[in-house]
Amino acid sequence: MSQYILRRLMIAIPSLLGISVVLFVVLALAPGDPFSELATNPNVPPEVQAALRAKFGLDDPIYLRYLHWITAMAHGDWGFSFVSRVDVDTLILQRLPTTLYVVGSSQLLALLIAIPVGVYAATRPYSLFDQLANTFAFIGFSLPTFFTGILFILVFSVKLDWLPFVYTSVPGSGIPWLLEMIRQAIMPVMVLGLFQAASMTRFVRSAMLDVIRLDYVTTARAKGLGQAKVIVKHVMRNAMIPVVTLIALQMPAVFGGAIVTEQIFRIPGIGSLLISSILANDTPVVMAVTFVFACLVVLFNLIADVLYGWLDPRISFR
Amino acid sequence: MALLDIKGLKTHFSTDAGVLQAVDGVDISINRGETLCVVGESGCGKTVTAMSILKLIAMPPGKIVEGEIMFEGRDLVPLSSRELDDIRAKEIGFIFQEPMTSLNPVLTIGEQIAESLRRHEAVTKKQALERTIEMLKLVQIPNAAGRVHHYPHQFSGGMRQRVMIAMALACRPKLVIADEPTTALDVTIQAQILDLLQDMKERFGMAVMLITHAMGVVAETAQRVVVMYAGKVVEEAPVDELFGNPRHPYTQGLIRSIPRIDLDAEHKTRLEAIGGSVPILINPPPGCRFAPRCKHAMSICTEQEPRLREIAPGHRMACHLGDAS
Repeated sequence: MSQYILRRLMIAIPSLLGISVVLFVVLALAPGDPFSELATNPNVPPEVQAALRAKFGLDDPIYLRYLHWITAMAHGDWGFSFVSRVDVDTLILQRLPTTLYVVGSSQLLALLIAIPVGVYAATRPYSLFDQLANTFAFIGFSLPTFFTGILFILVFSVKLDWLPFVYTSVPGSGIPWLLEMIRQAIMPVMVLGLFQAASMTRFVRSAMLDVIRLDYVTTARAKGLGQAKVIVKHVMRNAMIPVVTLIALQMPAVFGGAIVTEQIFRIPGIGSLLISSILANDTPVVMAVTFVFACLVVLFNLIADVLYGWLDPRISFR
Repeated sequence: MALLDIKGLKTHFSTDAGVLQAVDGVDISINRGETLCVVGESGCGKTVTAMSILKLIAMPPGKIVEGEIMFEGRDLVPLSSRELDDIRAKEIGFIFQEPMTSLNPVLTIGEQIAESLRRHEAVTKKQALERTIEMLKLVQIPNAAGRVHHYPHQFSGGMRQRVMIAMALACRPKLVIADEPTTALDVTIQAQILDLLQDMKERFGMAVMLITHAMGVVAETAQRVVVMYAGKVVEEAPVDELFGNPRHPYTQGLIRSIPRIDLDAEHKTRLEAIGGSVPILINPPPGCRFAPRCKHAMSICTEQEPRLREIAPGHRMACHLGDAS
């Protein structure tokens, strides 16, 4: 097993290198120059500009710049932000916990809704409960998060004034601070979590329905185990195999979706960092953040495969 | 008193095209310690009849609309699924057709046998494991103590069917229903499984209801035979009587369709098949359901349904042909 993970990580290296090349080339070809501001600033003489450009290697051919970047990365030097003059890794580490907190809580919420609802709906297909669950799920994933987000803000912040609509991340401690952290996360977590729950519910339901009519479920019922035990031990255990895999594979997309939600609620997470650095032509930050997302994709693929093998004894790690 | 007595059982399924009369008035009784074979083509209602006994059919769309299923003098039809749970596996064991798909792939076979024991008997986890290993030894699984912790995919089809038998017999039921237990297996394995079933039956003294479409299996195992066609019983007789003196045209057709290897080359004839196929059981026409395929069909056959009646001691059949004689 550990050997399998090690080998998978080794295989991940070339694919991450490939991804970094593509990202680097795309960013290099993109219009916009981090020094464009300097170029239009009359107070900076042209020779200073040229010296700066030379110092940062901006006029080097693209492959040289890539080599510089990749060797620096390999040494743990992620570069520094042109805009805020802060090291990129510090910047990312500052923002990542907030994103993980919001995304993690929303995934938890989604699972807490999707699994019971999906399982219960599947045990009574086409019942009133099932129809209602399906309808809400359909509405849920038809509504984009930027719409529901604004709707929530309008209702709960503007009209009712229950929840704050701007997320602040002042460091602090104590119960009041903790409560405030929870209070301000409610809306983004609801928006992201309900959106995720909608598609997950449908997936859990259909996975359950696929399993529930299989022969071994009839075998289990013929043993007189009772409905609850048959459903939990025999049906759910099998139905969760594809569900868990799908959730793990969806995680990178969830992070991507969080970018939009972070913008709406002004959450100072990694997604808003990406957007602001794109707008500011802050190439090192854009490069690093997109690369982190790429690593997440590779990581969650590996997690999905490991979980799959762990849940299904027919899969062996070789 | 018969161990199991099914009277006038009707199990129907509601479909988009109408009500499917899968089982339409079936009478079957099984005595203690007896092996009864239920034969018929695919789709004749044998499996639905068997599954109806423990309400293992999907309900809805399936529904037992009429009849009673008396087990040791108690009618099972009005019982809820929860009440039936005490009878399932404990009193009536079930062996399914497909050993490849009838075992849960993510649980060890030991767990799947033991859970039945733990449900029905006051045993500890350890005792259940011991009993499970003992059962696996009885069904001749080599290295039972080691194999008990293996998953179904680590067994061959024949071995899995042995596991299924061990599972069905773990709680020593009085009746075992085996739904085509050998159909999915190689011919050589088929004989082994049938022998094993026979062995187990003698050891535990249980009754066996063996559902099959293979007349060879019937000849080898049964004491009594029920022939079903299109959701109805058409003939019932002790096994020798049925093979020696089949009376219903359908039974005669079934027996003629068995390959004969005892004849020498010049007497060999083409294997006789019964023309046509099983009718669709949604709004079937009146009269005998076999009439469209019957060589002897008369005008009365399409008008009036023949009743199942005794023509000799222990020999019953449903055909207008016998009326004249």
